[in-house]
Amino acid sequence: MDPVLYNKIVSIGIYGSAIGLILIGLYAVLVKKHLTKIVIGLSIIDSGIHLLFIAVGFIKGGTAPIFSPKGIELVNQGTAMVDPVPQALVLTAIVIGFGVTAVALSLVIRLYRHQHTAKIDHIKSLKW
Amino acid sequence: MKKAIVILLLAVVGWVLVDTFFQVNFGESRLGELEQQKTVGAFYLNNTVEKLTVANVVTAIVVNYRGFDTLGEVTVLFLAAAGLGSILYRRKEEGEHDVMVLNNSSQLLQTGARLIFPAILVLGVYVFIHGHLTPGGGFQGGAIIATGFLLMFMAYKDYHVSHNVLTWVESLAGVLFVTVGIWGLISGGSFLENVLGTGVLNDLVSGGVVPIIYIAVGFKVAAELTGVLETLLNFKTKK
Repeated sequence: MDPVLYNKIVSIGIYGSAIGLILIGLYAVLVKKHLTKIVIGLSIIDSGIHLLFIAVGFIKGGTAPIFSPKGIELVNQGTAMVDPVPQALVLTAIVIGFGVTAVALSLVIRLYRHQHTAKIDHIKSLKW
Repeated sequence: MKKAIVILLLAVVGWVLVDTFFQVNFGESRLGELEQQKTVGAFYLNNTVEKLTVANVVTAIVVNYRGFDTLGEVTVLFLAAAGLGSILYRRKEEGEHDVMVLNNSSQLLQTGARLIFPAILVLGVYVFIHGHLTPGGGFQGGAIIATGFLLMFMAYKDYHVSHNVLTWVESLAGVLFVTVGIWGLISGGSFLENVLGTGVLNDLVSGGVVPIIYIAVGFKVAAELTGVLETLLNFKTKK
């Protein structure tokens, strides 16, 4: 297969799915009525952004940025590795995303205790 | 009507993202020549082995180069756990007691959970002890340990982890992290400076303070996630 065409298909697949995840999450946040589904939407947006980050940092033919044991020339290994910076940033982002999801879920639980429903239509005090 | 607006908005956002990211060639190296160190990634790839002898470059970035950032990250996680506790706090009423699940789970799940729980703990500890050598690290290992506790919470109705123990583990791990940082400040000149000898690449004891910090992070994350799970699953009932 033509390498240029192949590269194009792969990039459309990867970037497309990452952007698709972001849009699906955004749709859930904007349209869904149930608060738990909104939180799930937020974490789908998170996943999409992480995938996008990793995809931008990927280098064709690159391995994970981990230097293997003795016997292999270390200097040449570095040139065949993907960019480690986006991976480190995504590690941070996953942890922060977890914190956001946890606090959001706790707010949902709290609201459910007070209003006995988690659907935003049924919570009248939110309307103005 | 509302859905039309939403779809229009999504189309705009999607078009902007597609238009931006489809200009970025997938798989193209943007690091430049590694020896010239024109980008941050090239600098890290070039220097991690010689200066730090840490095999996993991502760990070196997270714990050593951006160690201060990781301290902040761990603090955010702590704040999330503490916020969760304070938001969900409810006073126990007369005759109520704490349960995780209302009904006892099946014999199969109970026996299986008891069998597999120690193995999950060992795997988690392995992942964060080898954070500087293999894929993984403190956050990942801590998350694995928390899944082990989640299994126990789901299998056993009356399984509880003492909040005192969790708080102590978490606090001591945090204090260890900050102590290593201040030790670097005193003997090295800057906060979280890597003051220990770096050892041989791919040894378990290598990379100076990197494994120490990641072990502390592992314990801290495990305790925090377990605390979060316990607060979220816990409810009070009269049964």
